[in-house]
Amino acid sequence: MRGVQLAELLAGAAPGVTEALDAVSGFDEALVPGLARPTEEQRDALAALAGAVAVTPLRDRVREAVEKVAAGSLADEHLAMLAGARAALLGAVHDALLERVDAALGRSRAAWTPTETAAASAPENLLAGVRSWLREIAIAGWRGVDDELVSASAQTVEAVLAVPALRRLAVLLDGLAAELRGASPVASMDRLPVRRWADLWSRALLLAQTGGVSEWGATPVSGRLLPLGVDVHEHGTAVQVQVYAVLECADAPSRLVRASVTAAKVETIVGPAVWRLLRGTPVLLGALAERRALEVAEMPLLPGGDLVWRDERARPGDVVEPFTVARLQLGAAHAPAVPPLERHPVRIAEPVLVEGYTVTVSDDGQARMELDGHSLALDMARLPGCGPLTPGLVAASSSCLGLLRWDGGRWLLQPLGVQVRNRRGTTETHTADWALGPTDAKVVRAAAKAGDAVAVLRERAGRLLRR
Amino acid sequence: MSAVRSTVSGTGRKDEIVNAVMTDWEQRSVVRVLPPVQPRRLAKVPFVELADGRLQGVVSSGSDVERVYVSSITAGSHGLSCSTNNNRPCGGLRGAPCKHLHALVEEAVLQYGGARVARYLRVDVEEPDCSAADLLGRLHGRPASIPAAVVFSRFLRHLAYLEVPESTEPVPELHWFPATGAVR
Repeated sequence: MRGVQLAELLAGAAPGVTEALDAVSGFDEALVPGLARPTEEQRDALAALAGAVAVTPLRDRVREAVEKVAAGSLADEHLAMLAGARAALLGAVHDALLERVDAALGRSRAAWTPTETAAASAPENLLAGVRSWLREIAIAGWRGVDDELVSASAQTVEAVLAVPALRRLAVLLDGLAAELRGASPVASMDRLPVRRWADLWSRALLLAQTGGVSEWGATPVSGRLLPLGVDVHEHGTAVQVQVYAVLECADAPSRLVRASVTAAKVETIVGPAVWRLLRGTPVLLGALAERRALEVAEMPLLPGGDLVWRDERARPGDVVEPFTVARLQLGAAHAPAVPPLERHPVRIAEPVLVEGYTVTVSDDGQARMELDGHSLALDMARLPGCGPLTPGLVAASSSCLGLLRWDGGRWLLQPLGVQVRNRRGTTETHTADWALGPTDAKVVRAAAKAGDAVAVLRERAGRLLRR
Repeated sequence: MSAVRSTVSGTGRKDEIVNAVMTDWEQRSVVRVLPPVQPRRLAKVPFVELADGRLQGVVSSGSDVERVYVSSITAGSHGLSCSTNNNRPCGGLRGAPCKHLHALVEEAVLQYGGARVARYLRVDVEEPDCSAADLLGRLHGRPASIPAAVVFSRFLRHLAYLEVPESTEPVPELHWFPATGAVR
């Protein structure tokens, strides 16, 4: 990304974005005291939400839902329509932002054309249980959430987690419930993460609809996969590693793709230990640690650009520097479409290479990247504890591979890898350098001192679980 | 004090970077609500949690690998409970906390920080970052009966996460939950 491209990215908000977000904020505020007895202000906010989707096919059903909810009738189907309207607005914001990214970077993107295959069937009673808990939250409001309401989710979440087709819902609910448990009683909190919790609540409600998780047919692809960088997601009971890469195929232009691995964990497994939970993908992890390309054969590729990784269909290739891949291939690589129900600004994560910048840290601690007179915030909080990339290395760096993200009305760069030039030459650090275990002696010693959390818990599980 | 506030004041420099500039904090999709959990040795106390209105956990027996003690302290009343997973009362718990409850509090302070544990249990401490000994000295409760089965089943559920198979289907919802913590 050059300075002129950054300037284009930052040039003012796209039309309608502010208004759409205002309508979303109104709804989000309405969830704070709960919808049991809607006040005039809450009814206005709901009406504004309905008004914002009045030119879409959702119009009639959302208007009906708003009328019912404003009258104090909170049926599942009405709440689902409100969540749907909110998601539609945020989807439109996502589309406007992503168009801006593509225009600024000159990135070509596939159109969304696939046909849906039959959704995997999920037990209806489980989904109904989830919806019922989410309705309780809507009634009580975030301010009314206490230990009892949070604990009421435990059995449902446990049952949902046991159904592979509902993994996304289970991971989401577990993350939300843990935050509510930690914050409970919410009534005593000074400030609430109003947007965030409304995001999680509405996505969960949509995923808990019958047929809510769409299944899209995968296409087998073969070729050379060149990793660019690794994004790591984590909450108390889940970790996901997402590899951003360029896929070279014989019969198609190079594409941007992603491969993901998710494992369940517990909150005491943190830092570099999380890599040890990913036992089913040694070829992928080895390539990340050794910065190798991968030869893949007949690997399923979803229309959203996600490879459904099968480790046995990959073998390690040559050592290839991610920065070299980015310099030579990232500019021309074809980007995938985003599946409709995933469209939300939080999902924007566009790989970019930035060079020739300086990093400044302001008095309030915010690090920024200055490039040709333009300035982009650096998301230093998003550097994962499982890898060696630290704020200090980013601050000292001169080249950065990262993900462009957007949150709270501003663009951010999340670093995935950096090059630091010093007297001895150039050193390179990436988030996934420790995919096969830490290589830094100090970190290895600290890990040895802390003991092997994964092994201790597996031993306890082996002894106590099946009795 | 709220969980949000404790994140702002109770953790390292990295979180301050995020939170110091959040005039629009409420309008962000990605904010840290829970303070980070600190790594600790799990051999002696494999499980600690602040839940159901209690500090509760499981302490491995020093003498028998098959046996664990289920220990808990109730928030507010500070009712103390310790028994084996087969509901045999711990012989060491007579008025004052037994060694298992000592271990539970020590590990909870390592995992969550003294401030968060004190706040949850509603212990009046002078220093916000209190030590485990400080906390233990200020508990005013007496032995109380908490069914070990409730806590033990939560521990088993906790362990069951390690048996959930890995998946290579993308989970887009995890974009709301970035991994953090590189402050070395």
